Amino acid sequence: MMDFADIQGLVRSGYGQLTACRLILLRVADPAAARAWIARAPITTAADLATPRPTALNLAFTAEGLRELGVAEPVLAQFDASFIAGMGSDEARSRRLGDTGANAPAGWDWGVGKRLPHALLLAYAAPEALDGFLATLDWTAGFTVLAQLPTAWMDGREPFGFADGLSQPAIDWSGTPNPDQDAHLTYANTVAAGEMLLGHANEYGTITERPLLPPEADPHNLLAEAEDAPGLRDLGRNGTYLVHRQLHQDVAGFWRAMRDQGGENWIALAETVVGRRMDGSAMLPPCPAAIPGIDPDDRAANNFTFDPDPDGLACPLGAHIRRANPRNADLPPSGGAIGRLLRNLGLTRQNLRDDLVSPTRFHRILRRGRDYGTQLSPEAALAGPVEESGLHFICLNTNIARQFEFVQGAWLAGRNFDGLSGENDPLTAGADTYSIPQPHAANRRLTGLPAFVTLRGGAYFFLPGMRALRWIGQG
Amino acid sequence: MTPQDNFMVLAPIAEGRRGDLETLLASMTDRPGRADPANPVLPFGAFDRLHVARLLVLEDLAYADLGEAATPPPPMLAFLGDCDGDAESFRRDLAARAGDGLRRLFAHCSDFTADADLVDWMRAHETPPATAYVNWVGRTVRQVREEAALASFLRARPWPGPPQEARKSIVAAVQAEQAQGRLPLSPAAATPLGWTLRRLADLVLAPLVLLLLTPFLILIAPFYLLHLRKLEETDAEFTPRPAPAHVAALARIEDHDASNQFSAYGNVKPGAFRLLTLIFLLRLVQYTTRHIFTRGRLARVPTIHFARWVFTDDKRRLFFASNYDGSLDAYMDDFINKVAYGLNLVFSNGVGYPRCRYLFIGGAKNEQKFKNYIRKRQLPTQVWYKAYPNLTAHDLACHSQLRRLIEDGPMRDEDLVATLRLL
Ligand code: HEM
Repeated sequence: MMDFADIQGLVRSGYGQLTACRLILLRVADPAAARAWIARAPITTAADLATPRPTALNLAFTAEGLRELGVAEPVLAQFDASFIAGMGSDEARSRRLGDTGANAPAGWDWGVGKRLPHALLLAYAAPEALDGFLATLDWTAGFTVLAQLPTAWMDGREPFGFADGLSQPAIDWSGTPNPDQDAHLTYANTVAAGEMLLGHANEYGTITERPLLPPEADPHNLLAEAEDAPGLRDLGRNGTYLVHRQLHQDVAGFWRAMRDQGGENWIALAETVVGRRMDGSAMLPPCPAAIPGIDPDDRAANNFTFDPDPDGLACPLGAHIRRANPRNADLPPSGGAIGRLLRNLGLTRQNLRDDLVSPTRFHRILRRGRDYGTQLSPEAALAGPVEESGLHFICLNTNIARQFEFVQGAWLAGRNFDGLSGENDPLTAGADTYSIPQPHAANRRLTGLPAFVTLRGGAYFFLPGMRALRWIGQG
Repeated sequence: MTPQDNFMVLAPIAEGRRGDLETLLASMTDRPGRADPANPVLPFGAFDRLHVARLLVLEDLAYADLGEAATPPPPMLAFLGDCDGDAESFRRDLAARAGDGLRRLFAHCSDFTADADLVDWMRAHETPPATAYVNWVGRTVRQVREEAALASFLRARPWPGPPQEARKSIVAAVQAEQAQGRLPLSPAAATPLGWTLRRLADLVLAPLVLLLLTPFLILIAPFYLLHLRKLEETDAEFTPRPAPAHVAALARIEDHDASNQFSAYGNVKPGAFRLLTLIFLLRLVQYTTRHIFTRGRLARVPTIHFARWVFTDDKRRLFFASNYDGSLDAYMDDFINKVAYGLNLVFSNGVGYPRCRYLFIGGAKNEQKFKNYIRKRQLPTQVWYKAYPNLTAHDLACHSQLRRLIEDGPMRDEDLVATLRLL
């Protein structure tokens, strides 16, 4: 059974009813005072969500932040390798994530060097209550503020004007994923709890690596025992990693390009780039069978896969949502048990594009972003002026390399997704070229597309469970 | 069809020369780890039969994990590549046209002398693979380049109209180019008879031998399985995380191209049981790569261009080298999700590998242990060359399909549209 009181609320909810939000990047000024503040901070847990609340607060740390707070090196060394290294830490990672050129860390507003945050405070409230709530959180003895990032509520849209926040994986809160391989022969929207929470079994049925401490390192018995390593204390349990990327959106540039390339069908063109209509409706009809992990009320928007559309006629192969979640299964459709065996051995006839895309279930992320700036209609955006707008992209996952970095690197920034050649995500990765399959003809190829999104800053954080948070606060 | 062949020169590095060697190797690159095709030491690009090649220092990084008292084996220089046609003539070509550079390289090896005959010396240090894989048997570098040029030409302009019309304009446009001497599409050369006969013999004889051995194999199977399970229960797993500095050094040379190189070196579990198992299984894999997986895929994996397993050190160690598309994490995920059973068969005979049952169950399915194990044994490849930058194996297959527009005559509408969509 899941201990919701040990889990920060953000894992279970994006706090959509609290429309005001501020993201506060902090640096540790006085470690002892910072720890004292952490120990008494009014953090919202997943158990608190049962009753509506006027405010919510969550807290996460970078590896550098944990170091500043006194977490010892041997403990730090057991966290996720990407988390330890940091998002902007080395050219190899930047190359993989597409963080080069205008997106390179050297040009970020925050996230590297002296502008690397130690902590991220996520504060949510009703609009009129946010300032008052923040005033009650006096962190000044322990932290200095690196940046207070404002956000804007856009009524479920993002700055380009598309409905957002529609598709999310459903966490299997039972914590006991089905180990049966045959359970993954069709796409499911559920993910093992261990994909989003450390200390629980993941899609491979194993528990993702995280710091396990000897009892001496936990003298006050704050931490739970590790499920897979009796005798050791689990610092990761019920925590997860939070990826934050501030993505500036060139709203006017986006619509200009759509109008130039799409003519009178410019809105429809933009919709193929995203892979959904502006109002959020799907490009494919719901499939007849219910997909596990899709709510019945959510059928129209999400009960689809791309299986009926292998050529990308309904939704182009390179559309943002098809890249970000290809909704495929472990195995291309292969018939019965013998068919599957032969397929696994590579002995069946395989189509050119079979198996180019890795099974989705190992690469899911839980999105918790907030927008900033303003949201205008396409016409208003073209007429300008447009305020600085964008997305504070935030996602949760337990294995940064396999989940966020894979989606970002191989699927969005990658130039060979699903057999495409030399084109990446036109929405977020500056594709230049974008192919739109046409019925009974060669693809329509758009070229000369500029980048619409620029990375302004980012970092990997650890969003601890409540026990771990107390342990960090204890020092 | 021109079959592919491979070569691998392996020689111990002279004491105290490793630093110089690495400096020389670094001078051959234009980005970390990526060969400058025109570098003066070994201008890879001048050899138009060469698909991929690499130079690296082969050393046993996992040695310390074994807890052996003896000193590790001396580091070796490995120079390996995959080429069109036979390796022997390629060696001669190398020696003839890059002799000075090769001498400069091999001068760092302990048993190279200035007056040595290069071809003889390379032949004497040839270390053949136990198993080699070629993504598309018979596809030459020349073919790859010609077809890539065709694809670029076709992609540079739209081909409007109904599919059959579009095909006609494509054929006409390409023929017009060809009349000007551009966009050549050379016909395949005749397949060497000896190669065909050897393949055929292998195709028939290997199963025959297996068939003859079957009664014996059935007889020993229970004992084999019992002993195997006992070993599998007791063999130590050793999968600590690789050091961050090691991972960073590897990452520095990765993702400069749509494809990457992978080199790994590990220890075979001691004892005849494991060794014989491994020899048998690699022979089995070889049979599949010779006769089954010859057209674009290794089982379900479509992203490997060339790969090989090589025994070294009296079969105490196994070297694995591959050329694959995408990033290393995606490659390892592919392994785990698509061919874990195949990897387990081979690598579970390596010291420290994550625990397996019956050779093929488990193992790589322990995702993080497997990734740690692999990364820890991975060696930086100091110089890596690929003859067709940024083209994936899938791209090459698409290009070959596009060529059929020109050469295959009329196609059914359905096939034609599918082919036009590759543009
Ligand atoms: C400014 C940049 C971005 C914009 C404007 C944007 C916009 C959108 C929109 C409009 C949707 C469809 C609505 C929905 O399904 O919720 C969507 C879905 C999605 N996006 Fe993005 N996105 C951006 C960046 C990213 C990044 C950086 C990632 C991951 C690395 C990402 C991952 C996803 C995922 C996983 C989905 C859900 C796909 C599905 O399950 O069907 N997005 N995005």
